[in-house]
Amino acid sequence: MKKFERLQGLVAPLDRANVDTDLIIPKQFLKSIKRTGFGPNLFDELRYLDEGYPGQDATGRPLNPDFVLNQSRYRDAQVLLARRNFGCGSSREHAPWALDDFGFRVVIAPSFADIFYNNSFKNGILLIALDEATVDRLFQETEAVEGYRLDIDLEGQTITTPSGEAIPFEVDAFRKHCLLEGLDDIGLTLEQSGAIRDFESRHRPANPWLFRDA
Amino acid sequence: MASQTLYDKLWAQHLVTQRDDGSALIYIDRHLLHEVTSPQAFEGLRLAGRKPWRRDANLATPDHNVPTTLKERSAGNAGILDDVSRIQVETLDANCESFEIEEFRINDERQGIVHVVGPEQGATLPGMTVVCGDSHTATHGAFAALSHGIGTSEVEHVLATQCLIAQKMKNMQVRVEGKLGLGVTAKDVVLAIIGRIGTAGGTGYAIEFAGSAIRDLSMEGRMTICNMAIEAGARVGLVAVDDNTIDYLKGRPYAPTAEQWSAAVEAWRDLVSDDGAHFDKIVELDAAEIEPQVTWGTSPEMVVNVSAEVPDPAGAADETVTQGMTRALEYMGLSAGQKITDIRLDKVFIGSCTNSRIEDLREAAKVARGRKVADNIQLAMVVPGSGLVKRLAEAEGLDRIFVEAGFEWREPGCSMCLAMNADKLGAGERCASTSNRNFEGRQGYGGRTHLVSPAMAAAAAIEGHFVDVRSYDYDRADAMSA
Repeated sequence: MKKFERLQGLVAPLDRANVDTDLIIPKQFLKSIKRTGFGPNLFDELRYLDEGYPGQDATGRPLNPDFVLNQSRYRDAQVLLARRNFGCGSSREHAPWALDDFGFRVVIAPSFADIFYNNSFKNGILLIALDEATVDRLFQETEAVEGYRLDIDLEGQTITTPSGEAIPFEVDAFRKHCLLEGLDDIGLTLEQSGAIRDFESRHRPANPWLFRDA
Repeated sequence: MASQTLYDKLWAQHLVTQRDDGSALIYIDRHLLHEVTSPQAFEGLRLAGRKPWRRDANLATPDHNVPTTLKERSAGNAGILDDVSRIQVETLDANCESFEIEEFRINDERQGIVHVVGPEQGATLPGMTVVCGDSHTATHGAFAALSHGIGTSEVEHVLATQCLIAQKMKNMQVRVEGKLGLGVTAKDVVLAIIGRIGTAGGTGYAIEFAGSAIRDLSMEGRMTICNMAIEAGARVGLVAVDDNTIDYLKGRPYAPTAEQWSAAVEAWRDLVSDDGAHFDKIVELDAAEIEPQVTWGTSPEMVVNVSAEVPDPAGAADETVTQGMTRALEYMGLSAGQKITDIRLDKVFIGSCTNSRIEDLREAAKVARGRKVADNIQLAMVVPGSGLVKRLAEAEGLDRIFVEAGFEWREPGCSMCLAMNADKLGAGERCASTSNRNFEGRQGYGGRTHLVSPAMAAAAAIEGHFVDVRSYDYDRADAMSA
């Protein structure tokens, strides 16, 4: 997994609540059997004025000029600012894959849906939940100042605004550790193979009907 | 031992290791797979030179991409006209073959929507942990199995280790007491719950659905409720074990037999929340007050009684909500104050992991029997949840009732719930759908979805607009035997 330590990133504001994973990456792009290449179709239905299909060259498609990521000032954004319940809906990991492929490393919102939250951390994307009032203020500042960047320090769990204000944030210790070190979950878990085998040696005799290989 | 909730018990029974930082390793008993969220996981295993930890815990079936017309289905995978869809299904077949995982392929009669297939086979059992790369895995919680959706990285993790890294959720109880009115179904109950707590109301919680109205539901009804727990933000929905649970499972192919059956039943009887168990949050609904529900917007929480009007964004709690409602009305082509029963439809979809089981089809058939689909409905389709549901429905004559009324009777799959196959809405088309999500573009680019129960969808097909099934003249008690 990609490491995340610190980022000074350009911020793009996506001012809508309950952004669902269908909106982040529509279903027709889920037919891919790869993990990469979803960036051009991130927010496809908001970003383009036509209907997209998989395998298409997106360069000639008509852009929606009103959509935030189509405005030149936000083109190289790495931090997405969003509203409450971001990432609700399906379990598709294609959503964080698309955010990552576009170039986003951080999403800041008042709240996130559970499955999306998990999936994002597994792809090296840092999700930061802040209270509504702070998010509101960041929206105002981002929209007011062109080139607005935030300095995000995972080790210190702090966001620093251009004016020097420090905003602390919460992240659970295990996810933080994995992100800082870029750790592979599966490798970590397999180090506990002995504990898993021990568990199975208790679980199987207690619930033999759960095992069909006997 | 202190009183425990059902969720607490299931968690404790599967805890492999608990770390000081709050994360834990939990053991997974059943892993269901489909073609959309698994290819990258198998590829990851292959690249790392890993093998599935326990092959017999896995069961796969293609469902999202499969065509539902008989003509295409009769050709098997070759009948999938979209190359990208076909490759995805073929990739699942190839992966299951090379990793030796059991799969019900496209034209196996046991194929179907993964969340219909698991319980139907008895591959979902009480006391299990069940995961699948699909958010509607919450469905299986109807059997008191700790079940939730996972992403593709976690699919790979479960394949490789038989475990998940997880954090314990909080406990919520949603209690529905009393008797549901005639014509009010499990779908209306869960939509009413989502309308009450909101689409993020259950975030961070495992919800146990309890109360006399839940106990009175069939297993099909309980699956409908748990299925949509995720639409309230909760990854996990649960219902305690009772006689309904045990009767449903007896004799299913993967269920235990002989002396293992009685040992299992004895163990399962304990899968209830103890008296006095602590819930972090309790929500109560009066069953008698629940009306048939219809969503009007682009989030399942945008839902009202069928007797109501489309709400006014001006009355919303805050600016963000007002904006969301205004945008939803624009997308849906509706205006505040419009009566729900005046909304005219173009298409009707009866199917999906929420409402494609035999009981759902029986309910819809009761309404459709002897009637004709309205002229303004361009397509009304019924898509059974599995090959076995289809066979049973045909044995009961439901297919004839639907076809004679002007519905199309299709082959099993996810179909127009998310429109990954050829079944989709065109831009601006309005659909009464028994599925679970009314998000923008969900059923097709520019498509407009109204979520309802199977009986409400069937009545909407017949009348061409929404009607209150409670005042609709049909024989609710008829067991379809005539």
